[in-house]
Order: sequence, then C-alpha cells, then structure tokens
Amino acid sequence: MAKLILNHLSKTFHLGGTAAVRDLSLTVREGGFLALLGPSGCGKTTVLRMIAGFEQPTDGSILLGERVLADASEMVPPEHRNMAMVFQSYALWPHMSVAENVGYPLKVRGVSSAKRQAKVLEALSAVRLEAYADRRPADLSGGQRQRVALARCLVTEPDVVLLDEPLANLDRHLRQEMEETFREFHARSGATMIYVTHDQAEAMALATDVAVMSEGRLLQMATPEDLYARPEGRLVGSLVGQGAILTLASSPGDQRQLDWAALKALYEERGMTTAEVLVRPQDVVISADGLPATVSSALFEGERYALRLTLADGQMLRAFSRTPAKVGDQVSVVIHSGWRL
Amino acid sequence: MMRVQNRGNSQPRWLFPFVLTVICLLSVLPLARLAVTGISSALQGRMGDLLTDAVVWHALYDTLVTSFWGMVAAVILGGAFALLLTLFDIRGKAALGFLFMLPTMIPPQVTALSWIGMTGPSSTLLKALGLAPPLGSPQPLYSIGGIALLFGVQNAPLVFLSLRAGLLALPRDGIEAARLSGASSWQVMKDIILPLSLPGLAAGAAIAFVSCVGNFGIPAILGIPASIYTLPTLIYTKFATFNSGTFGEVSVLSAMIGILSIIGLAVEGRVLRGRDYRVIGLTGQAAVFRMNGWRWFAELGLWLTIVVILVMPVTALVASSLAPAYGVPLNLSTATLHAYEEILFRQSITRTAFTNSISLSLATAFGLLVVTVLTGYFLVRSGSRLAPVLAALAEIPYALPGIVLAVALILLFAAPLPIIGISLYGTTWIILIAYFSSFFAVSLKPVVSAFRQIDPSLEEAARLAGADFCRRLTDIIVPLIAPAAGASVILVFLIACNELTVSALLWSAGTQTLGVAIYNLDDSGSFNLASALSVLVVLMVVAMMLVLETMANRLPKGVVPWRS
Repeated sequence: MAKLILNHLSKTFHLGGTAAVRDLSLTVREGGFLALLGPSGCGKTTVLRMIAGFEQPTDGSILLGERVLADASEMVPPEHRNMAMVFQSYALWPHMSVAENVGYPLKVRGVSSAKRQAKVLEALSAVRLEAYADRRPADLSGGQRQRVALARCLVTEPDVVLLDEPLANLDRHLRQEMEETFREFHARSGATMIYVTHDQAEAMALATDVAVMSEGRLLQMATPEDLYARPEGRLVGSLVGQGAILTLASSPGDQRQLDWAALKALYEERGMTTAEVLVRPQDVVISADGLPATVSSALFEGERYALRLTLADGQMLRAFSRTPAKVGDQVSVVIHSGWRL
Repeated sequence: MMRVQNRGNSQPRWLFPFVLTVICLLSVLPLARLAVTGISSALQGRMGDLLTDAVVWHALYDTLVTSFWGMVAAVILGGAFALLLTLFDIRGKAALGFLFMLPTMIPPQVTALSWIGMTGPSSTLLKALGLAPPLGSPQPLYSIGGIALLFGVQNAPLVFLSLRAGLLALPRDGIEAARLSGASSWQVMKDIILPLSLPGLAAGAAIAFVSCVGNFGIPAILGIPASIYTLPTLIYTKFATFNSGTFGEVSVLSAMIGILSIIGLAVEGRVLRGRDYRVIGLTGQAAVFRMNGWRWFAELGLWLTIVVILVMPVTALVASSLAPAYGVPLNLSTATLHAYEEILFRQSITRTAFTNSISLSLATAFGLLVVTVLTGYFLVRSGSRLAPVLAALAEIPYALPGIVLAVALILLFAAPLPIIGISLYGTTWIILIAYFSSFFAVSLKPVVSAFRQIDPSLEEAARLAGADFCRRLTDIIVPLIAPAAGASVILVFLIACNELTVSALLWSAGTQTLGVAIYNLDDSGSFNLASALSVLVVLMVVAMMLVLETMANRLPKGVVPWRS
C-alpha cells in the first residue's frame, strides 16, 4: 500500500464543454479515510470514477505511490488496479448468491475453491452475514445488501476502497449502524478509503480527512476538526457545520481568530474595506452589555432552543439558548469568537 | 502492470471495428450494390425500356391498389380490435389478443393456401359441408380484391399493436378529468381518445402499407394464377425468364418497392415523432369504459371475426391436408394421413426443405445472437456518437421488404467472390447471409432492451473485481440478458423458418426452404401436400408463440412483438 496522489487532475466530458473537475490536487495518506464532500454536481463522483479507472482524466495524473495509474494519454484499466468500490446502488449481481457475489473477485483471480470459501466466510462474518451466504441479493434488505457489497470489498484486501454515497439509499436508523460498520471496516482493513458524500455530518463523523469540493474545484482539505474551526472561504464556511457569516470591517494584520473585543470594535467601525467572519452558534451568548438584537425565529430542539437573531444593521446571527425566547424579543448578545474567512 | 490507451470505456478495442464491419457487411454493402446497379442501368438507358413497358406500370398500379385496400382492411380490423380490447371491459382479452396476433406470424403463403381451401368450387371444407359452389365457377380469391383482403388479415395485427400502444399511453387522468367536467363516454371517446390515438393508428396504417407492398407469398399464390402481378411477383417472374437485362430491371423494380417503403416508413416516423409508445405503454390497464348491455354483442363480434379470419381458414387447411386428392370429397372414410406420411417420410424435397429451414434458422438465430450481443453492448454502452447511426443502419434491412434485400444480395454475390474466386450464388450460404442481414434487427431488439435495463454499475463492479471483458461477458452480462437472448433466438428462428420472400429468389436445387417447398407443391398442383406441410408450419408457429408467451413476464417490455 502507498499514498494516493491526485496531481492537477482535470476532466472535461465534451470537447469544449465546461470542466467537471478542474485542476484538482490532493494526497491521501496511506491508510487514510478521505471524505469528498460537496453539493451534488460538484464533480466529486467524477473524481471517484477517475480514481477507479472508469473515466480517464483529460489532464493531470493519478499516482498510487510511485505507480502512475492514469494520465491524459494512458491508464491502467480498473480490472488491474486492485481497488474495490461500494456503489450507491450496491451493484450486487442478481444471478449470484451472496457467497458467489463476495467470492467473485477471488474467483477471477484464480483462487482455489477451498481457500475462496474460507475467505468469503471470513468476510461475511466481518459484516455479520454468515447466515445469509446462500441467499440471493433480492431476498435481502437494503442494509444487508450494503453489507454484502462491503464484504465484497473486504475479500481481496484492496489498496484503495471507494465508496460512492453508500448511505444515500438507507433510512436514518440504518445510516448510523452502517457508519459504525464503515469505521470498523476501516480500522480492521487498514485500506485507504475514499468516501463520496454530500452530507457533511456523515463526512465529519467518518473521515480522517475531508476534502470540500465545489464546481469541480477543491476548496479545502483538512481534518474534520480543522475544517470546522478554520474553514477557508465563504463556501466551506457555509457548507461545514452551522453558523452565520457576518460582514464586518476588515481587521488589520493577519489575525484570523477574533475575540469579542476585536469583533465588537470591527462591528462598530464601519470601515471602507470589509471582511467576512464566520460565527458559530455556540459562540453567541445572550448576556447584558452585548450587541442589541431581535429574535426572528426560535426553534425548540429538545436540549435547547435554536435562535435566529437579527442585529441592528440587519445582519443575521444564529445562537443557542437554554431559556425559551419568543419571536420579537429584544436581546443583547456577546460573540465570544469568530473566524475570518 | 498493464497500461492501455483508452477512455475509461469498458469495451475492448476490437469491438468498434467489429460492429462497424458487421453492419457494413449486413446492411450497407448489399444496399449500396443495389443502388449502384440501379443507377448504372438507368444511366445506360435501360430505364427507358422498363418505364415504357406497360407490364411494369400495371404491376405498380396493382401493387398500389392491393396495398391500399389491404391497408384499409387492416385498419378496420386491427383498429376495431385495438379499441375494443384496450378501452372496454371485454372478457377473455388475453386469448382474443393472442389469437388475433396469430395471422401475422403465420407465413403469408400458408394464409393464402388456407383461404383457398376455404373458398371456391374445389374447397374440401365446403364440399364436406355440402356448401361448395358448382364446379367451373371461379375461385373468388384469385383477384385484386382477394389479395387485398388477405393483405388486410395478415397485417391487421400491425395496426392493432400500433394503435393499442398509443391507447395504452393515453393520459388516464386526462380521461378522468374530462368525465369530471361532465363529458359523456361518447364525448370522451370523440374529443379525447380518438384525437390522441390518431398518430398510433396512422403509424400502424403506414407499417401495414409497407408490409403489403413487400408481400410476396399472397400475390404469388393468389395473383399469378389470375395473371395479376405486383412488383415483388414481377421481380420473381423476371428471374424465371432470366436474360442479360434482368439485373438492371430487377434493381429498378426493387428500387420502386424501396421508395414506396421509405415513403411509408417516413410517414410512420413523422406521426410518431418524439414518442416511443412501446416504452411508455402499461400492460393490463383496467378498462376505461363499461359496455353494459352491449358487451355480449361486442364479444360475439370479436369471436366471430376470429372464427372467420383464423379458425375457418385453419380448419380448411386441415381438411385439405386430410383429403386424399384435391377436389375429392372429404368424410370420415376418405380422410387420410397420407399427405403427412408423404411429406415427412417419402418426398425427399420436403425432407430436404425441413432440414434446410431448420438448420438455416438455427444457424441464423444462434449466429446472430453472438453478433447482436456484442453489437447491442456497443450500441448501449459505448456512448459513441456513431451508435445511433449504426443502430439505424442495422434496422434498414428488416424494414425494407425481403425481396429488395434478396435482389441486393443476388447482385452482390452473382459474380464469384473476389480473391478466393468461389461463387456463393446458388448455395445455402447466400440464404444464410440474407437471413443474417434480414433478421439482424429482429435479433438485436430484445438484446438492446435487455442491455438498457442493466445498471452499468453491475459491470463496473465486475471490472473492479478484476474481470476482463471476456470474463464479464460470460459471468455477468450474458447471465443477466439470458431471458432476452432466449426470446431473440426463438423469434429469429420463428421468422426465419417461415419466410418465403428471401429464399424464393435465392434458392436452387437442394437448397429449398420450407416456404419454397410449400409454394412449389402448390404450384405443381399438390394442394394436399402443400396443406399438410402448412399445417405443420402453423403448429410450429403456435408452439413457439406459446413458449414466448410464457416467458413474456420475465422479459423487458417490447421484446415479445405481440405484447405491448
């Protein structure tokens, strides 16, 4: 195994058309779990399909360690990449039993029948489906099919495992269970995993690294914690986690983490140049001698109230409150922390 | 590590050249050869002789008249069946539909023979019933009207299918909305259903017309004895009296048929523009209208029609096959299986015909399957901009009347093949090539529908599992399209086994097919032998249609041609 490198990758489907992926470079460390996050149509699935070898890049290259997998002129076909993939539709072969589905990659590799059986059983027990070996995929539930697809990935010990929105077709309860299975799978196999999703909570919960994409470009790649605390640019800021973006006077110097004093000064300054500052709701506290604001909506979420506040100049803030608030209430808020985008 | 230059496509490099070659050989080459001969003979001034020949104009006129009235009959019959079976609460719809579709799968020469057996002074059936007209009175079917009537019966199912597909695609909520706004059943019919179903009817009529123009079996059996010639039978007789100008003449005559067909197909394409009913059609949609007191009357009418167009002719055919000789009265003491014995065990010609037809059809059905699985895969999966063009080219030989294709292949293979110097003309091989070309579209259609239904990720998963193209083909693709492939084989076998038009021009001693054998037996006056052979053919057709019918639920929509 080795790290996977995407080097200035571009893909244009129709000659002269708009690019689905533009000049994307990133490195997935060995054994890493990368989530490709972005709204639908941002090119994340195209990146995944290029890594798998279903699409050829129009520019740039893909390397696994020292090995060039693909560039604009030639590529290693998917059948020779030693990768595995969980498809959104699971892509189980309906004419084969569960065991045959899982064992097929081994059969193609010419593994002997006895050895194959042992490995299939091992893979199926890893996803707790030993009892279902002789069933047809049609007889299984959605979550079980998903686990069969996962077992099929497990069986060949692939260098890279690709997951294309694998939870999109499952209900909420199953999602949590499957997230757990994926984490377990990653820890157990040690394979490099790349996970495509448009759900930021899913990405943050599973991955060791998250790459945010929009309109074919990579906006930022960082650990989930970093991405949440220090997003780059408005798009990432609005995509990851909750929060509000305030437009304030731009601060001198390169200090990006701003405290209450700095924020208050900038809010009142009204300078010529402006900057955008991301404020997380947990950093907004209702207390005396803050900025005056009006509650524009209040939503009871069980453990707390989620508020939308309108500041005096019309800008919007999000805040949490333990005490109930009514629409129209006048409050004053202190912003403990903000991040300049 | 293997690295190849490709665009991420799943197909191997040889696939596109292979598909291109197949389609050129089976479609482009024969038709181009026909066009070249037609144009060059026109340039040499032979056109003038042909166009001043009254026989040609007469044949063209008779073709148009018989085809027009045939189309009218088909529209009346097929239209009535489609409306009644689709929109009203008739009982026994499945059985009625199946029986109504039968005539189109029965070879035309057999239809013609069975109707001859049903009418006229020497009809065994009428004699047995004591209803036969006096000897010497004319056979009423040996006429323009007779040909047109049988064209109608043979092609009514085409109108039925086309109109039915249109009716099934009607927006049901539109009908319900009209009723809620207070329209009576009759007004809904007149204002909503008929206008919306008109394209389906017009398209059906156009296909029926094209099919009539190219029909050889019916005018050959009914027309030639009365010296009525249509363009296909004129081509046949031109070959019978072969001379140096024949090739030029027949290529111009086939061009005439070709042009008439293209006009018909263009009309069809125009009225159906942008809508493929066969895909939208929902099976088993509940009846929209209740007939109440009229129902038994309509059902009686439908079953009577089935009796007249199917049961009586087939009964007559069976009666003729059991009669000891043509014209001898049939009763329990004279009935004999002699004719069956003769064709199955004595006559070497019919036995050769059986062997030829069955082996040719099997070879065509399975050979074509190999070709169409690869071609279908390319057409559906490649995403090539050439794919729609190639798909259209593959359709042409089947859309054109068989006689045109037969002429094109004769022109192509009349001279020995270049380089190897062997002549295919007069051998079984030319018939096999003609079948491949003619039925390519028949074999391709079910396979392509099946490919369209397969999720591409099933194959992508196999690629990541490490399977190369051949491996995926055997392990994944073929098992997934197996039901459609089975249907394709049966359909091609069914149609190839029964065809006459192509082999009528291409056969020679020792290579006659079943269709040719039936025609020749009738031509030489062995009516009971021809009938017996026809009965066997009808049995075979029904058996295979039933097999397909039982498979129908496991097949993609539109694969079984008589189900919509």
